[in-house]
Amino acid sequence: MITDVTIPEPQAPLPGAGVNSSQGLLQWISSVDHKQIGILYLLMSLFYLLVGGALALLMRVQLMAPENQFLGPEAYNQLFTMHGTTMIFFVLTPAILGFSVYLTPLMIGANEMAFPRLNAFSFWIAFFGGLLLYFSFLAGGAPNAGWFNYAPLNQMQYSSQPGIDYYCIGLLLAGIGTVGTGANLIVTIISLRSHGFKYRYLPIFVWMVFINGFLILAAFPSLNAALVMLLIDRQLDGHFFNTASGGSALLWQHLFWLFGHPEVYIVVLPPFGIISEVIQVYSRKPIFGYPFVVGSGFAIALLAFGVWVHHMFATGMGNTMNSFFAASSMLIGIPTGVKIFNWLGTMWGGSIRFTTAMLFATSFLVEFTIGGLSGISFAIVPIDWQLTDTYYVVAHLHYVFLGGSLFGLLSGLFYWFPKMTGRMLNEKLGRWFFWLFVIGFNLTFFMQHILGVIGMPRRVYTFPNLPGFGLLNLISSLGAFLMGVSMLVFLYLLYEALRRGKRASDNPWDGYTFEWLTTSPPQLKNFDTLPPVFSFRPLHDLNHPEIGDHKKSTDDKYGT
Amino acid sequence: MESKLMMKLVVGSEAIFFLALMMGFVYFAYFPGFDPKSLALLDLTKTGAFTVLLLASSFTFWRAEISHRNGQIGSLKGWLAATVGLGVIFLFGQGMEYNHLLVNQLVVSKGTFATGFFTLTGFHGLHVFIGLIMLAVVLYLTFLGDFDRPQSSVISAVGIYWHFVDIVWVIVFTLVYILPHVVNMK
Ligand SMILES: [Cu+2]
Repeated sequence: MITDVTIPEPQAPLPGAGVNSSQGLLQWISSVDHKQIGILYLLMSLFYLLVGGALALLMRVQLMAPENQFLGPEAYNQLFTMHGTTMIFFVLTPAILGFSVYLTPLMIGANEMAFPRLNAFSFWIAFFGGLLLYFSFLAGGAPNAGWFNYAPLNQMQYSSQPGIDYYCIGLLLAGIGTVGTGANLIVTIISLRSHGFKYRYLPIFVWMVFINGFLILAAFPSLNAALVMLLIDRQLDGHFFNTASGGSALLWQHLFWLFGHPEVYIVVLPPFGIISEVIQVYSRKPIFGYPFVVGSGFAIALLAFGVWVHHMFATGMGNTMNSFFAASSMLIGIPTGVKIFNWLGTMWGGSIRFTTAMLFATSFLVEFTIGGLSGISFAIVPIDWQLTDTYYVVAHLHYVFLGGSLFGLLSGLFYWFPKMTGRMLNEKLGRWFFWLFVIGFNLTFFMQHILGVIGMPRRVYTFPNLPGFGLLNLISSLGAFLMGVSMLVFLYLLYEALRRGKRASDNPWDGYTFEWLTTSPPQLKNFDTLPPVFSFRPLHDLNHPEIGDHKKSTDDKYGT
Repeated sequence: MESKLMMKLVVGSEAIFFLALMMGFVYFAYFPGFDPKSLALLDLTKTGAFTVLLLASSFTFWRAEISHRNGQIGSLKGWLAATVGLGVIFLFGQGMEYNHLLVNQLVVSKGTFATGFFTLTGFHGLHVFIGLIMLAVVLYLTFLGDFDRPQSSVISAVGIYWHFVDIVWVIVFTLVYILPHVVNMK
């Protein structure tokens, strides 16, 4: 009963630069193939992960003992600024875009993105944005006012080195690239789905990418506007944020967090999609409550724009304002909680295979929940007043960004690596990496909750020898070094798999979605023919016609 | 269809960008109040006239789209050229105004009003300029015969952008040139 649908040849030839070198560097640089650009995004992300991680290790050396003088305050300011900026804009953002760009066309049965050249442009402009940001080290000093770069510290009179100018230009370029890719993904999903691929058959990952596209389009303009205004302040002596001449420091905070809070969801929605796919496949069940997973994604995206003032409770906005944003911030816990239960429900009663990818997905559920709970504690205004600007915030945001975003991304990497490279990763080493990383991560950041509660302020280069401070910081630093060691295992793991890894079959995990239908790695043209789509597990229907979701009732199919 | 959808998304994102700049302008211009001396330097009638010309370019572009749909290449070229011309005149007018302000020592660093004014109108001018580049490319392609058939969606995609730039100007003009007089009269 299943008949294949032939993919029509593109009407116009795919754009190419006409470069005639088979697999050399030039071919990668000139490529407009979504798979190559996706891999380039991931490589960029890996590179900056190592750089940003090294910066963090330097900071942890400085904080290992009380009154340490390893780094001076100036160097320390630059390090924490560059660490945060790098990790958010040049590790997490390119990583989610890399997975989105690589997988979206494959999952919807398309052979390319809607705008392949725009795709390449968006990557390269973000790439050069990162280089510009790092060029600031050579140009007289890196930015030093924190990743959120608060006014008036971002003004010339407080930071006269050119770092913050490079911050503005670098993030502006990367931001333009991100907006370009976000729009490109939306158009791709709307217009390039294969024949009969209804919206209600889209894989959860594609849904999350789709929602994320709108989040990007709506959030990044606020940042871009703030950046050009700051550049005008610094270069043309403008007065937007310069409190000394009538400007407003709060205006910067409003614009920045109007971007900054949604940005948290921008880097976490695609990982939500990733672990939805991973948990389904390794539990041998369809996702539990498909409409709720998708719907709560929409709810999160909408609420994301109504909570930014929770970053500004300490600025004295008044009780009405604070109460409103406290309430909206707590509200956002609901759709996130719904998702956690959907994933648990998917695992419930499944025959679970704990591969490395599944280990990361499972620990995501634990760590992200911790990050979510500490986040909700901030929504309570008096607690926020007590804990703001302490290490409690540092602990919280690392549980969200690492325990949430990065764990999801690593889960995705272990899951899709065989598809992307045609090689299997070593599961035994994978487990070593997982446990070292998870233990190191929790040692580092769990301690920081306590440090925050007992009053250690963040962004200060050293601390006095108060009871508990020395020991907790030492444990935190040792945990960070454990994570550093685990990264070496990770690098070796990747190297070994690429050099002599086992060949991967086309569908090693018995996956559900169309990317597992192609060869591993996929050819330049993803598909020649595709089976018809009758459920959100089209490949599972093809390989297991005896189960066949398309035969089930809607309630059964969608777990409602 | 894809290029039109793309343009709609880009325009939506750009709208938020301008909204942020406008918030910046309004925040300062309305709360500390306007500096009457800076305000007096703005020439409402002259800029008003250039505004009418920019709006006229939306009309000429609309005519160009209709000509394209009906396959009338000759009038397509004419209306497109008229649109480009009106856009250039608008930018010329903005240049004259900037020159007038600079001669009278109203520069970006002269207080929050000036900073907001130059940022807002400057970024709008930049968008007009980008629009003109796109229009010039479309006009050139028309002469090469790329739009002889009415199927292409490129012209309507560029149209979405051009109309957007015009609408933004209407709001900017109202915020910067008209409202202050109303507010100050009270
Ligand atoms: Cu937030």
